[in-house]
Amino acid sequence: MATGPATDYRLIGGRIPYVEGPLKVTGRAEYTDDLSRPNQLVGRLLRSPWPHARLRSIDVRAARELPGVYAVLTGEKYPTPFGVLPITHDETAIAVGKARYIGDIIAAVAAQDERTAERALALIRVDIEPLPDYADPRDGVGKVAEPIHARGLNGSNIQKEVVQHFGDVDAAFARAAHTVRVKGTFAGVTHAFTEPMATIAEATPDGRLTVWSATQVPHYLHRALSEVLGIPMHRIRVIKPEVGGGFGGKSDPLPHEIVCAALAIETGRPVKILFDREDVFYTNHGRHPTQNDIRIAVDADGRILAYDIDATIDGGAWSSFGTVTTYYNGVLSMGPYRVPNFRYHGRRVYTTKPPNGAMRAHGGTNLRYSVEVGLDRLAEATGIDPFDLRDRNALPPNSTTVNQFRITSTSFRACLAAARARSGWDEKFRRLPYGKGIGLGCGFYISGSNSPIHFTPVMPQSTVHLKVDMDGGIAVHSMQADIGQGSNTLLAVIVAEVLGVDLARVHVQRVDSDVSPVDLGSYSSRVTFMMGNAAREAAQQLLGQLLRAAAALTGRPVDDLAVGRERYWSRTDPSVGVSFEEALRKAMEESGALVASGAYRSPKLGGSFKGARAGTAPAYSFAAYVAEVDVDVETGVYGVSRVWAAFDCGRALNRLAVEGQIEGSIHMGLGQVMGETMSYRGTRLMNPSLLDYKIPMPQQMPKVEILLVGDDDPEGPFGAKEAGEGPLIATLPAVGNALYDAIGVRFTDLPITPDKVLKGIDQRTKEGRPWKGA
Amino acid sequence: MPSPPPVRFRLNGQPTEVAVEPARVLLDLLRDDLRLTGTKRGCDLGTCGCCTVLVDGRPSLSCLTLARLVDGREVTTIEGVSPPQGLSPLQRAFVEVGATQCGFCTPGFVVTATAFLRDHPHPSREEIVRAISGNLCRCTGYLKIIEAIERAAAGGA
Repeated sequence: MATGPATDYRLIGGRIPYVEGPLKVTGRAEYTDDLSRPNQLVGRLLRSPWPHARLRSIDVRAARELPGVYAVLTGEKYPTPFGVLPITHDETAIAVGKARYIGDIIAAVAAQDERTAERALALIRVDIEPLPDYADPRDGVGKVAEPIHARGLNGSNIQKEVVQHFGDVDAAFARAAHTVRVKGTFAGVTHAFTEPMATIAEATPDGRLTVWSATQVPHYLHRALSEVLGIPMHRIRVIKPEVGGGFGGKSDPLPHEIVCAALAIETGRPVKILFDREDVFYTNHGRHPTQNDIRIAVDADGRILAYDIDATIDGGAWSSFGTVTTYYNGVLSMGPYRVPNFRYHGRRVYTTKPPNGAMRAHGGTNLRYSVEVGLDRLAEATGIDPFDLRDRNALPPNSTTVNQFRITSTSFRACLAAARARSGWDEKFRRLPYGKGIGLGCGFYISGSNSPIHFTPVMPQSTVHLKVDMDGGIAVHSMQADIGQGSNTLLAVIVAEVLGVDLARVHVQRVDSDVSPVDLGSYSSRVTFMMGNAAREAAQQLLGQLLRAAAALTGRPVDDLAVGRERYWSRTDPSVGVSFEEALRKAMEESGALVASGAYRSPKLGGSFKGARAGTAPAYSFAAYVAEVDVDVETGVYGVSRVWAAFDCGRALNRLAVEGQIEGSIHMGLGQVMGETMSYRGTRLMNPSLLDYKIPMPQQMPKVEILLVGDDDPEGPFGAKEAGEGPLIATLPAVGNALYDAIGVRFTDLPITPDKVLKGIDQRTKEGRPWKGA
Repeated sequence: MPSPPPVRFRLNGQPTEVAVEPARVLLDLLRDDLRLTGTKRGCDLGTCGCCTVLVDGRPSLSCLTLARLVDGREVTTIEGVSPPQGLSPLQRAFVEVGATQCGFCTPGFVVTATAFLRDHPHPSREEIVRAISGNLCRCTGYLKIIEAIERAAAGGA
């Protein structure tokens, strides 16, 4: 085989099909509900039909006596509070004392079969005292009659309040040439992954507990199980089978996972809890409904002087990630722009509704929409093209934001240039016929939360282990959680790239806490950056062992050896070299199976003020999207026909996966902008099904052109940054601004449904305003 | 309790006889009784298409099909659509273009598209979109799924 100096990567940057693809297209991939254990029982949950109620007594005697019932649990048996953030433990596995929303778990049953379990649930008698319910977060900001949680701020339902001020906002507004105010109301949306949650738990006579669960973050589940059940972590084993989508909805440790384990302990038998679709909707943890009121000030040249933001965030019944949400909602609204003065007052308020939490582009979506609509208005007011306005406000590379975020790589200006050129913006903007429009929206997002939730950034956020044995296969262990985004494939690609071996040699092992070293899992768009760096370090360590063996075999010094395909060869004499397998055999003479370990540690980032770490990340992604819309002005129905998605994820490591993330993000973003709504009547969720909660159909997908323009990031693995969440954000304002271009109506509230479009057109006509700009 | 009367049908080409209670749906029979877990349970309401199987060659939602109604019929699941070794051309196209992400909806799409391509070997994009509009996917935005079906059609699947 010809070998020459490698000028490019062999796999990195290619289009690498997902390694588990063949299993998924044949139905052979194993999800939690595809597994079962011998002698397994069925677990079922009794959910509260009351939004807020004191539980005076729960009579489970009849349920316990029903033949085929093995356990009935209520809240007091495992009352230890938990939650994903250690500072806001306000959940219990089963309600203790109070039920806090319609859907809250108030009892659980393990029975021989589904029917018996359902009958047992029907036999449970609950005596309650109804309490006031709180549907609107604005009703909970002051002192309330019955706080939903005792930890609410000063007798209110406020879960978290953030007040931040950097620079001097009032002075900036005083000298502004133009200002804009945008008030927006955003309906809640939910993840709508296709796989309902499922958990199997088994407590064995050796004193161990094994839990299989559809989770994005096996490590946080592991910790929560240990805390609530009072079992040391080393006696609990968490296994993550394939996960059928998460998007944030499977990132909290969830009560049913702990209940399932508790039932397994009580009964001594394996127990499975499988959610139906209603369970999924009531568990929610979707994007927070929010009310934003923002002001932006610019000078005469359109340079941003200040943001002034107020936000009320509807938390639902629990804290979940809410403290982070409250911070993110403010600080993630600044980039990709330089904002010299910034004031934010945000509050997340408990309501007696299903909990909200982290959903793809968590905390970076709703306020972003308001900001981008505001900038579009300012562009109009100043007579500056929306692209030019954003370009002159772009955060420069290697800079620091007013709240001390470290910005290293950014190709935001290249994103703008690419989207502008490819979309034909200059020929179309304000020139398309009535009903057709084009709009720009931008965004940025963290490439991994720099702060691990459970410890200061001293321990690694990600560790990857490799093992090579006599078969020449490379086993990769890591607790990173592939939930469909392709992180297993990325692990394999990085290891194969560094070692020079064929992808088929690399076997990414199932996540199993007994053997997988800790990686904090799939949230905050951290996996590519953090796991990728850990994998690269592990593979380089292994390569060192192989190259030393190759040096011994060839008589060449290690630094003369280069990596070819399945071969290590001499740079000075390319005819001298050994195969991977020869090097491996030699290396194993000394140590037997080769092992290596790599880790990623967060750098020290951020200021020293309260909340300074929220939103710090080792890198940020950037986006500029253009959308084209087509409105039927008679019916208000509209479609998005084209999206040009210019995205900076640094170097795209697997182009196929990056495209998949961008296309899927656009789908999810379109859902939120065009119609998805967690629809409530008071505190009652009215549409807990995929029939009534409509995600976009294939007919609604636009033609998407993806423009990857990122430069290598200095710290990302091979120069990569995230591409899992950032690609969603710009979709929403691009559509909103395109609708304005099409029909001359500003939409500040989401979703934008056809009835709102018609109302907007009527209103504009009544006011006698022209439909296009001037 | 007398055991319920059996249902006799062909399952992935094999004659099958199994006792089924009247209210049991085909999805439960396939997944829970016969352990054919390739067919997925996404909503139990006929909204997501994850449970799609072929009944007499036509895509059907097994969560809404009473198991007794397949008596005398031919049922093909994702296991039956897949060749004993390797992948069908359609499955290969799904893998190559990255039409799977989480993969939970994938068996339903593969089953639906297999029947569609059998009846429409040279489909237009619009026909493909219509054919898969009973299946939800939350990961891919459908674009790579459509591309995979186009690729399989072009390759003469």
